Amino acid sequence: MMFANPGQLRQAGVLGVNERNAEFIMRLNPRRLYPRVDDKAITKELALQAGMAVPELYGIIGNQGEVKTFPDIVAERESFVVKPAQGSGGDGILVVTGRSQRKRDAFRLASGVLVSRGEIEHHLSNIVGGQYSLSGGRDKALIEYCVNFDPVFAELSYQGVPDVRVIVYRGYPAMAMVRLPTRASDGKANLHQGAVGAGVDMSLGQTLTGVLDNEVVDEHPDTGALVAGLQIPHWDFILETAARGFEVTELGYLGVDMVIDKDLGPMILEMNARPGLNIQIANGEGLAGRIACIDDIYDADAAPEQRARIARREFAAERQTSIDF
Amino acid sequence: MKQKYVYALAAFLAVVGLSVFYYKWQVLDFPATRDQETSVWTIESSISFDSGPGSIKVNLLIPTLTPGFRMLNENSVSRGYGFSLNYGSGGREAQWAIRRADGPQTIYYRISVYEDPGVDQSDTTPPFPPPPVINEPFRTAVDVIVAEVNEHSADTASFTAELLRRMNDPSPDPNVQLLVANAATRAEFVDSLTTILASARIPARAVHGLELQARLRNAEPVTWLEIHDGDTWRFFDPMSGEESLPERFLVWWRGNEPLVSVEGGSNVQVTFSVQENHLDAVMIAETQAAQQGASIIDFSLYSLPIQTQAVYSVLLMIPIGALIMVVLRNMVGIDAFGTFMPVLIALAFRETKLFWGVVLFSVLVALGLSIRFLLERLRLLLVPRLSAVLIVVVMLMLLISLMSHRLGLETGLSVALFPMVIIAMTIERMSVVWEERGAADAMRAGFGSLVVAVIAYAAMGWPWLEHLIFTFPELLLVVLALVLLAGRYTGYRLLELSRFKALAGQ
Repeated sequence: MMFANPGQLRQAGVLGVNERNAEFIMRLNPRRLYPRVDDKAITKELALQAGMAVPELYGIIGNQGEVKTFPDIVAERESFVVKPAQGSGGDGILVVTGRSQRKRDAFRLASGVLVSRGEIEHHLSNIVGGQYSLSGGRDKALIEYCVNFDPVFAELSYQGVPDVRVIVYRGYPAMAMVRLPTRASDGKANLHQGAVGAGVDMSLGQTLTGVLDNEVVDEHPDTGALVAGLQIPHWDFILETAARGFEVTELGYLGVDMVIDKDLGPMILEMNARPGLNIQIANGEGLAGRIACIDDIYDADAAPEQRARIARREFAAERQTSIDF
Repeated sequence: MKQKYVYALAAFLAVVGLSVFYYKWQVLDFPATRDQETSVWTIESSISFDSGPGSIKVNLLIPTLTPGFRMLNENSVSRGYGFSLNYGSGGREAQWAIRRADGPQTIYYRISVYEDPGVDQSDTTPPFPPPPVINEPFRTAVDVIVAEVNEHSADTASFTAELLRRMNDPSPDPNVQLLVANAATRAEFVDSLTTILASARIPARAVHGLELQARLRNAEPVTWLEIHDGDTWRFFDPMSGEESLPERFLVWWRGNEPLVSVEGGSNVQVTFSVQENHLDAVMIAETQAAQQGASIIDFSLYSLPIQTQAVYSVLLMIPIGALIMVVLRNMVGIDAFGTFMPVLIALAFRETKLFWGVVLFSVLVALGLSIRFLLERLRLLLVPRLSAVLIVVVMLMLLISLMSHRLGLETGLSVALFPMVIIAMTIERMSVVWEERGAADAMRAGFGSLVVAVIAYAAMGWPWLEHLIFTFPELLLVVLALVLLAGRYTGYRLLELSRFKALAGQ
């Protein structure tokens, strides 16, 4: 059957795009707060002020003239990430994992392809010109630390950096998933680009089944490893950091994207005022139920640690994924 | 709370829009379908006479109450005459006057009418006529006939019918013969009938009118008998006795007064000519509304200059396109480039027609995309690159136009009107999506845009809808109400039902 019965989806508590936009984003996310998440330079600054871990910023290229400072910015760096400050959905992000051994002017991308300095500078020009910006206006390019991701995900990602997305509703972590890059997603951790999303048991920090292109999958399409049953390290800390994202942004419906660095632990990569809804498929559960639950127990004075604890208590996965066979 | 405001506002807008629409449609008779034409008859009466030495005054009886017809307009053509309209005992009168005139004179009076079954005899109920003074021997004859007919009838109508039967009897009795002998014309015959009916205390009068035909020169007024049965006026054919009016019978004047009287002129002749025209029903409704003093008409689009009207007939369809866009995006969930780009593409299709529009659009976007990817290698900055794509698109259009002209295809020429900026933007956005999210996404969004554009084109080019919106622009309030309601639609999108189907039944 091509279409589900809307009544059944309602029953399962599935949140639709229209309802998300009208009831949550428009109500809880005032537009004046958007720059805090839409401009990654501001996000980084606010997160730093709040004492949260973020990838180190190497430099910002704010206009066309500054593009030529790029070689200086990365002179000391072997690996780095270039991203538009106002990009959306992972567009325009370039991950440089190293340099050519013969020529320092050639950079190796996460996909293994070598690109010249000129090509990266052209990409920077495009970013500054606003090609990836949400508003289409001028933009800045950030050059920052390339996360050396925790090997716990090595089996489950094809190049690129897997990340953890937590939906935070009114300061309470509501749902989470791990986004695993695939060959199809070109190393990017975005579901609509073909990455696998794996639901997470909020109480244990263990992955559940995955979703790929709106379909439930059990294995990573490239590595063949089982998606379910992986223990995410620093789970407590991740939930707390995500909850704290509400204090930083004041957005009532927030997506917090974090990466886990091998040496530095979880770091906030970016935050999102319009997080996608595929997380529901990954978790096999609708968001509406959890949102109603948070509305019930909402306490305006609760500290982030407290809210993270409540989320762990309330949102244990309903179905236990068994992996010991 | 906000939900309530939206519902209230939408309801208010819809009610206002629909009631204005209903008023214009039902009361002012604006046509709800396209190309409704109404037959309009123009009747011209020309009065010609030889002028006398002194001042001249011409009186012409003109239509007052015209059952079955409504007047559109009237005017008079007369050189140098003063003109006025008066109410006389026999109804309306047109009066022309001049101090001096030389030679033969001709005066024209012209009236345009159209059929409207809603117009009936809104005449007052007449009093019972006083018994006429009739000289002997006619008096006795009338009395005898009235007495006999009375015995063979039940009410006013049957009395009249019986009377007419006797009066038209091919072998009449002596009394009838005596009365009919003096009536040389139909009008005089009807005149003597009214006298007999008056003796029976039945209000009766002669009606003179014209049977309207498509084209008639020298139409003759025909006299009919009209009696009042206490409730309404009823028409009888004085010859056959049948109770009916001829089809399309325009009552010109009533009573036994002469149609025209000319003081100071001689050799008076009146001729009627009839001409049928077909006029747009909208125009007639407007004229009528203006006569009734409906101020709503002051805001009608038909009062704008024709060129402006042409622009608005297109512009007014954009809200329909927007509504379709809203439904397809928020309720169906189709992916498309830009918010209103598909609507603009649909507008462009109006110039080229659908098939060629889709072909040209696809060809231009495909060619533009390949050129865009060539330009990508040159590493141009964003705005210059966009401009370069635009210039190339313009040149491609020129090329297509020239080629299709060579091949004798006319459609290629109208591509020039294709909004090139829209194409350039589509190409740019599509190429960005292509690079970032892959060909599949770009093709899907491009195809989605095309689907939305085609649906919007079909709706925006629907002649009936176009006419409806142009004649009743207040319906846009209803469209606005629908869009507002859609703005608070928080249910699932159709495509989400398939996207989330894995979650159903859990």
